[in-house]
Amino acid sequence: MHAEADSGAVVPGPGSPEAGGQQGLSHWMRVHPVTSMIVRRILLGVVTIVMIAIIVYAATLVIPGNAATAILGRNAQPAKVVQLEKELGLNEPVLTRFVNWAENAIQLNFGNSLGEGVAVTQREKATENSVTSLARDRLANSAILVAAAALISTLLGLLTGVYAAYRRDGFFDTVGSVVSLVASALPEFVVAIFCVLLFATSLFTWFPAISVLEPGQSILSEPEKLVLPVLALVIVVTPYMFRMTRGAMIEALDSDYVEFARMKGASTARIAFRHALPNALPPIIQVVGLNLLFLAGGIVLVEAIFNFPGIGSMLVAAINGRDVNEIQFIVILLAVFYVLLNIITDVCVLLVTPRRRYPR
Amino acid sequence: MSAANGAGARPAVEVRDLCVSMIGSGVPIVSGVSFDVAERETLGLVGESGSGKSTVAVALLGFARPGLEITGGSVRIGEVEVLDLKDEALREARGELVSYVPQDPAAGLNPAHRIGTQLREAFQVHEKLGKNELRGRIEELLKAVNLPTDKQFLRCYPHQLSGGQQQRVVIAIAFACRPRLIVLDEPTTGLDVTTQRYILETINDMAANFGASAVYVSHDLPAVAEVAARTAVMYAGRIVEVATTEQLFSQPRHPYSAGLLNAAPSAHQANRLVGIEGRPPRPGHWPQGCSYAPRCPHARADCRQAVPPLAPTESGSLVRCLHPMAVSDGGVLRLVPSPKPEVKGGEALEIERLVADYGGRQILHEVGFAVKEGECTAVVGESGSGKTTLARCLVGLHTRWDGEIRLDGESLRQGARERSREQLRRMQYIFQNPFGSLNPTMTVAENIEEPLRHFESLSRNERRAKALEVLGTVHLGEDFADVLPGRISGGERQRVAVGRALVVNPEVLVCDEITSALDVSVQALLVEQLRDLQMQRGLTMVFITHNLAVVRSIAQNVIVLQTGTIVEAGSVEGVLSAPKHPYTRQLLEDLPTLDPAEQATAGGAK
Amino acid sequence: MEASTAPTTAVAPPRAKRGGRARRILGQAVSTWRGKVGLGLTLAVVAVAFLGPLVGGSPLELMGAPFSPPGGEAGLLGGDALGRSVLARTLHGGWRILLVAAAATILAIAVGAIAGVVSAYRGGKTDSFIMRSVDVLLGIPQLVFVLMLLSVIGSKTWLVIFAVGISQAPQVARVLRAAAQNVSERDYVKAVAAWGVPPRVVIRRHVMPSLLSPLMVESALRLSFSIILVSGISFLGLGAHPPNPDWGVMINENRVGIAANPWGVLAPAILLAALAVGTNMFSDAIARSSLASGRAGDPSLELFVTSSTDPNDPQPLQEVPE
Repeated sequence: MHAEADSGAVVPGPGSPEAGGQQGLSHWMRVHPVTSMIVRRILLGVVTIVMIAIIVYAATLVIPGNAATAILGRNAQPAKVVQLEKELGLNEPVLTRFVNWAENAIQLNFGNSLGEGVAVTQREKATENSVTSLARDRLANSAILVAAAALISTLLGLLTGVYAAYRRDGFFDTVGSVVSLVASALPEFVVAIFCVLLFATSLFTWFPAISVLEPGQSILSEPEKLVLPVLALVIVVTPYMFRMTRGAMIEALDSDYVEFARMKGASTARIAFRHALPNALPPIIQVVGLNLLFLAGGIVLVEAIFNFPGIGSMLVAAINGRDVNEIQFIVILLAVFYVLLNIITDVCVLLVTPRRRYPR
Repeated sequence: MSAANGAGARPAVEVRDLCVSMIGSGVPIVSGVSFDVAERETLGLVGESGSGKSTVAVALLGFARPGLEITGGSVRIGEVEVLDLKDEALREARGELVSYVPQDPAAGLNPAHRIGTQLREAFQVHEKLGKNELRGRIEELLKAVNLPTDKQFLRCYPHQLSGGQQQRVVIAIAFACRPRLIVLDEPTTGLDVTTQRYILETINDMAANFGASAVYVSHDLPAVAEVAARTAVMYAGRIVEVATTEQLFSQPRHPYSAGLLNAAPSAHQANRLVGIEGRPPRPGHWPQGCSYAPRCPHARADCRQAVPPLAPTESGSLVRCLHPMAVSDGGVLRLVPSPKPEVKGGEALEIERLVADYGGRQILHEVGFAVKEGECTAVVGESGSGKTTLARCLVGLHTRWDGEIRLDGESLRQGARERSREQLRRMQYIFQNPFGSLNPTMTVAENIEEPLRHFESLSRNERRAKALEVLGTVHLGEDFADVLPGRISGGERQRVAVGRALVVNPEVLVCDEITSALDVSVQALLVEQLRDLQMQRGLTMVFITHNLAVVRSIAQNVIVLQTGTIVEAGSVEGVLSAPKHPYTRQLLEDLPTLDPAEQATAGGAK
Repeated sequence: MEASTAPTTAVAPPRAKRGGRARRILGQAVSTWRGKVGLGLTLAVVAVAFLGPLVGGSPLELMGAPFSPPGGEAGLLGGDALGRSVLARTLHGGWRILLVAAAATILAIAVGAIAGVVSAYRGGKTDSFIMRSVDVLLGIPQLVFVLMLLSVIGSKTWLVIFAVGISQAPQVARVLRAAAQNVSERDYVKAVAAWGVPPRVVIRRHVMPSLLSPLMVESALRLSFSIILVSGISFLGLGAHPPNPDWGVMINENRVGIAANPWGVLAPAILLAALAVGTNMFSDAIARSSLASGRAGDPSLELFVTSSTDPNDPQPLQEVPE
């Protein structure tokens, strides 16, 4: 969790000479460290995505029965299955099929939705049956959900974390630390259930317990359906923001440069915001990045509970319906999100760390 | 109180009965500290680790580190009582009335801001200045500490500067608002001698030019001798002696001051060093009576009754001792030269054309020398000279080298794994940092037994017996056998490390800066112990160090390493008394020294 | 002044208590309030899960109307979606989650620890290979990874254990690699290497013992996350098979009737929450106490006791589950 320098390999930290030899790129290219880091990260990201694509493709190959049986149903005539297999190219060698699939995937063509799991009504009305077009609206809804939860939890975590660090061991800090410890341990679907119990059914009935929408409708048209899913995610994610911000701020406030700033006669506000915060930013940015990643995974359960029309519930439905194409698409989408987010996080960290931005 | 000060005028700074304790338990850390500093005077505050000197330093700014609080006393600077100041007034006083130079400049400068920003801040938190005036003041400051004043320099981040430059920036910041008092908390620790010399000169000049009084806190006696007119010695949270620096270093009256001086090595004479056995009491465990009594060779029964007062002596100094040392014996055993070991004929270790690189950079360039059996050869160099790489090549920890290393005529392979067991046994290595070199999960005895497991096939009891025996050799005693390393002091740990090396009866000992993390009184014990071993067992030693004074007292031969090349080699006597290479000469000149006579020639601006 | 005249010199400090560093750390953890609460919650839920089946009635028998209110014909906590006793199903529904989560944790720790330590010690190509694999595995959100495997092969208990275990191994590997690297850089390990001791022995005798406390912290933390994952899988219907009682399944089955009888959801949810919070809190307590004991044992800090008195609130290891 701490500034995961290991995977970056760009940090010019003290390492053993024997284990070294890792600084390859910047060594022979003489480029700015930021550029070389971005290039390196993008290359690594591409490799990661390719590996994940292979895993995903390989995993879905093992599904008992293939796309043909999935389309025609279990009781289809064997002859028809063979026929369709031929049409779908399922009798080609695995490698050829993977290359074909990958080529299509790069062009965002993940084929048609197959199974009988996903929101049937939606499929019937869709002009096209392609996975990507089915996912478009849901993707927008999920993005709104994640963005709202990320924004709120980041602001909340940052402010409470800074304050708790500043009044270390005070009332707020003690209470905040315990609350965050408890909240961070709760399973997200349990949190979601409690939210429903409290605010939708038993205690208050302020918000709808489920967030079903008409197909093609945006969640923004009925924002009250967004409240509880966002709340559940915020409760799960904010504790990490709080703890990391608090920790990073405490470390910065305990540093020699803050002591020196005190000795210079700098004011309290100046010490907190000019001296401590800029140095606490890198780990904070890292945890914001990690939280967004976590949200990307966390939406699966939360969306399932609220029947929220996003890609998380789509994935669950696809898995239940063994819809290979949809599974492939969503998993790869999440992987690309992960890789992009990692790169953005690392670049941001680099930008706020002069020690790494300017070589000696 | 200001007896040592003489003059009738009211001193610029008056500290009275300063007390600092732990919050909650109330355990005193600093107790009853009183001293004066005259206008434009620099007072040295000397003590070993844990003496409370740094706590006093920050208390002068009305500050206590987390977990501590100032519980009493007074700090008057000019007309201001610092300890009475609250919030905004205290904030104003810091930097303007009294300023601070921290020990580690690299940590004191904020890594997130440019040098220019940090310099500007020194002014901005106290006064509103116009843009041009600000620029002028910064330029003036930078010139005073001899740093470049151009835009490019101001746009640098701290990590882009050298250690010496960083320290000068910090000094400039401390002097920015022309404070009445400036507190320097070990400002030269960790710097090369040349940089150290430069910083000391800068401090002297600045104090003179800006008319500030200064308190210079340090564990480094020679450095204090260079800058301070008067010096106070601290031990276990109390001042035990205050005297003019000259007096203190020639005629110490407190047994502890004398002990410190006896322990300090000199680059000009090979003296037997006398360390101080035992260790200082920890806070909360101060003994009744004189804190130093348990270690004091002159302690009598009445010393253990009550804490002696800091009383004036006939020589004008203040001493916290019931039985101050007489002026005549002085306590300084400078005239006992260290004995010379017998050197047998053969060459134990030969190094030829040694070339090594580290991370793609060549560190050692064709290094060659030989060490005779029973002899100690010192390898001297500043940081970055390649001396540690050299040591690690010798013992096979650094494997990327070319050339020839012969042990008793046998050529050694690069890595330790490729060498024979016998070759490995014969040459043992002792690490610089005693805090990292012992396995913290094993007891002292287990740590010492560890090499035996590998080199010899002994029963459990035999191993244990050997470990206990070696504990005796290093003067620790069997009581230490079942203690975890985390529970003992740095000096004790380093002795365990020596014991672990000795337990397999090596012929050659490679010591890598083994005293650099230790206080002088502890360093002296270790150096003498190694010499005894050398005399008794005919041990051959390669002693890596940056400290020329230690070289003088332990080594017979010396090689001087500069950026991976040997620039001078020869007998210690010859090289240190009549250096030929300019680099060696520079090193010697820059070395702060205790000798008042030497100081006059070395140019200590006084 | 201090009344004690304890001699301060030339006296050896206290002897080390032999044996059981793990016990010492655990003992210290239990002595803190976090440790007490954490362990108490965990043990309470474990007791319910394992003793419950002995006392609870039939979890399958239909007792009354769906979602019948508490205290009625379906028992103290009312009936569930099919009219079975919520109490009986709650008492029966925990042991499986616990066993599966524990097994998955053991797998995660074993695989992760070996990968991490080997990676740290071997360095070079082995290290890059293992760490790149870790990166790839971390590229898929844990739950998604597990669901993918389950959907492909079908929901089998061994597969849940395998999938949850493997999905957690990368985090363990990262933490232990960092810890092992840290230890390998220490001089005492280099000292042993300078005697020509084979790497195997160096790892076993000198690196492994120092990894004990990160390993303990990770174990408790992974257990906490395993419980979350396993119950999440059950909730989504890919874990336990429907007629069998299971807390995750119960939450899913009974949430439509949450207004009529909230206990069908609330009872398993509270137990799951208590379990996850308990294990997480206990891991936090272990982290704090091993950190504190690490500090107290380090004389480099002890020497500077003047500047820091109490080990000011060591930051526990924290990690976002992915």
